[in-house]
Amino acid sequence: MRPEGKGALESLYFEYPRFAAPGRAHVLEHTQHKVAIVGAGPIGMFAALTLARFGVGSVVFDNKDTFNDGSRAICVQRSSYHALERAGALGPFLEKALGWTKGRTFYRGKQILEFEMSHSDSEKYLPMYNIQQQFIEQYLWDAVTASDLIEVRWCSEVVGFGDTDGGARLTIEDTNGRYDCDAQWVFAADGARSPVRKMRGKRLNGENFAGRYVIADVQMDHDYPTIRRALFDSESNPDKTILIHRQPDNIWRIDYQLPDGQSEEEAIREDSIRENVAKILRDIGYAGPWELEWWSIYSANTLALDDYRDGRVIFIGDSAHIVPIFGVRGLNNGLADAENAGWKLARVLNGLSDESLMDSYSPERRGATLDVFENATKSARFMTPPSKGWEVMRDAALSLSLDHDWAGDFANPRQMEPFTYSEGGAVLTADAGVTGVKLGAVLPNETLSDGVYLSDILGNGFTMLVFGDVDVAKIDDQVEVISSAMIAAKYGEAALARVQARLGTQAGGALLIRPDGYLAGAWAVCDLEQIARQMKMAFGLGETG
Amino acid sequence: MMVLNFAELETVYEDLAVALDTVSHAGREVLLCKLSLLMARELGDLAQVQAMIQTAKDHLDTKMQQD
Ligand SMILES: Cc1cc2nc3c(=O)[nH]c(=O)nc-3n(C[C@H](O)[C@H](O)[C@H](O)COP(=O)(O)OP(=O)(O)OC[C@H]3O[C@@H](n4cnc5c(N)ncnc54)[C@H](O)[C@@H]3O)c2cc1C
Repeated sequence: MRPEGKGALESLYFEYPRFAAPGRAHVLEHTQHKVAIVGAGPIGMFAALTLARFGVGSVVFDNKDTFNDGSRAICVQRSSYHALERAGALGPFLEKALGWTKGRTFYRGKQILEFEMSHSDSEKYLPMYNIQQQFIEQYLWDAVTASDLIEVRWCSEVVGFGDTDGGARLTIEDTNGRYDCDAQWVFAADGARSPVRKMRGKRLNGENFAGRYVIADVQMDHDYPTIRRALFDSESNPDKTILIHRQPDNIWRIDYQLPDGQSEEEAIREDSIRENVAKILRDIGYAGPWELEWWSIYSANTLALDDYRDGRVIFIGDSAHIVPIFGVRGLNNGLADAENAGWKLARVLNGLSDESLMDSYSPERRGATLDVFENATKSARFMTPPSKGWEVMRDAALSLSLDHDWAGDFANPRQMEPFTYSEGGAVLTADAGVTGVKLGAVLPNETLSDGVYLSDILGNGFTMLVFGDVDVAKIDDQVEVISSAMIAAKYGEAALARVQARLGTQAGGALLIRPDGYLAGAWAVCDLEQIARQMKMAFGLGETG
Repeated sequence: MMVLNFAELETVYEDLAVALDTVSHAGREVLLCKLSLLMARELGDLAQVQAMIQTAKDHLDTKMQQD
């Protein structure tokens, strides 16, 4: 919502573009598509970019005439930056977003915890960046328009859905009328309310939490570093919780739990918002002028589909899962869904893998969601205790934390590392002799030389890192091979030693990295024939055995 | 493991009663939970603490939990 007198999309800092539906003749002529993506939110657009990264075209339908309203998701994590970079969309984010590494938690006005997210010189990017969702969508859109493999049809609502022999038939309603078109595969990126989910007779399962939050964005000239602030039992919101985040353009995100005695209807009235925000700003010592940009109300849910795949329909982003905001995983997990489903489907459509590769999508990404649920449930119970028992324990921990550092850890928001996928599916079984590497995890990064990182030299598809004297010519030409000799020659022995120490690999061994940066295989001895056989079985790669 | 003798335990009993009377009604529950966390941490035995939580639950009127 926006202040009275403002238009629905009248922002203090963002100009919403307006799009129109494509011409009638065009849509009636172009009715056969490889991939149809429903929803041009951040996840749908990113999925299209990921497919395009592997040369696969798509058509994207969205029922709106512009981007999502309001800033919504604002925290983009390191692994998402790498995903955006791989899709060629990161440039403008680097200029605009505000990076951060720290959080501070206050209880009754006193700081009880300062946490640092895991970060080191081996990393190319910071653990987290703040940027408004409008900019995220704008930058993805800019990358989409630069690709001639992606067609976006705005003002185009998917209203019907049927199975065909080779895929699905979609019925679209746009400003000019209705039409049908066919797609071999469909990505449902149509958001939390997902009409596709309903049309397929699927529902989300899980829990709803009791606490309600107001999300308000204000513009002010407030002097405070980019640090996540959490306030418990403060003067401005007794017994309740407040979160404060800095965003670009002097915009500040204030999330606050509804004060005692305020109903939802009352809380979202503009006068209540202004009054509550003014109190909070006074509490954090800001006395200057401020303007209200946008607000919304929110409650924490942990909801997910039981299976993210329904035949040729793949659910990605909010259509597949809804997670509490405290873990800042809504958008980040959606991007990882899109990249995961995207590279796999591109391989299938490019004839490099058979359809069974898609079977690994749901277990991997649903596993990641359940992992978020576990942590987010802990955070949500701490932020908004669901019952007396949880409240008393929370208060005990906060009270202890005033002079016991160990108790401050209860207030840690648990914004965790990317999920580790299980072996089997799209992660190979570890070779017996391998120690020190974590298969199914994101490949650790390392600096090679000033400003150049290991992540920069990986190939677009699969990459094989080979440590030792191996005849690399024998590996499949779809795999980018990087040998230790190449690293040493280009970046020096010291760089190679750093990489080996960081990855924990022995001489003579090999690592296989997936197109999404996850470690897919590790071998203590680089027996190329055996590796090729394993890769062929899992990904349809390499020589037939 | 060493346990307190009765005289020592009686001192704990009395000190706790006095402490509980110095705080508000709501503070009493929080005080006991703080004490539990402090003691659990020092005890250093998760299984034992979990068993003690179960023991402490015995013989209490479950309706009283609603408060
Ligand atoms: C008020 C609010 C605050 C939030 N705050 C946070 C936060 O602080 N942190 C965080 O991580 N996440 C937050 N989120 C969640 C985050 O915004 C989402 O995770 C993210 O937008 C998911 O993107 P998506 O592309 O999956 O879905 P969406 O962004 O919802 O996009 C779905 C798109 O599909 C379109 N669509 C729907 N139905 C059809 C149809 N039948 N035909 C064609 N198009 C259709 C919609 O118009 C929309 O453009 C918030 C969400 C909301 C609503």
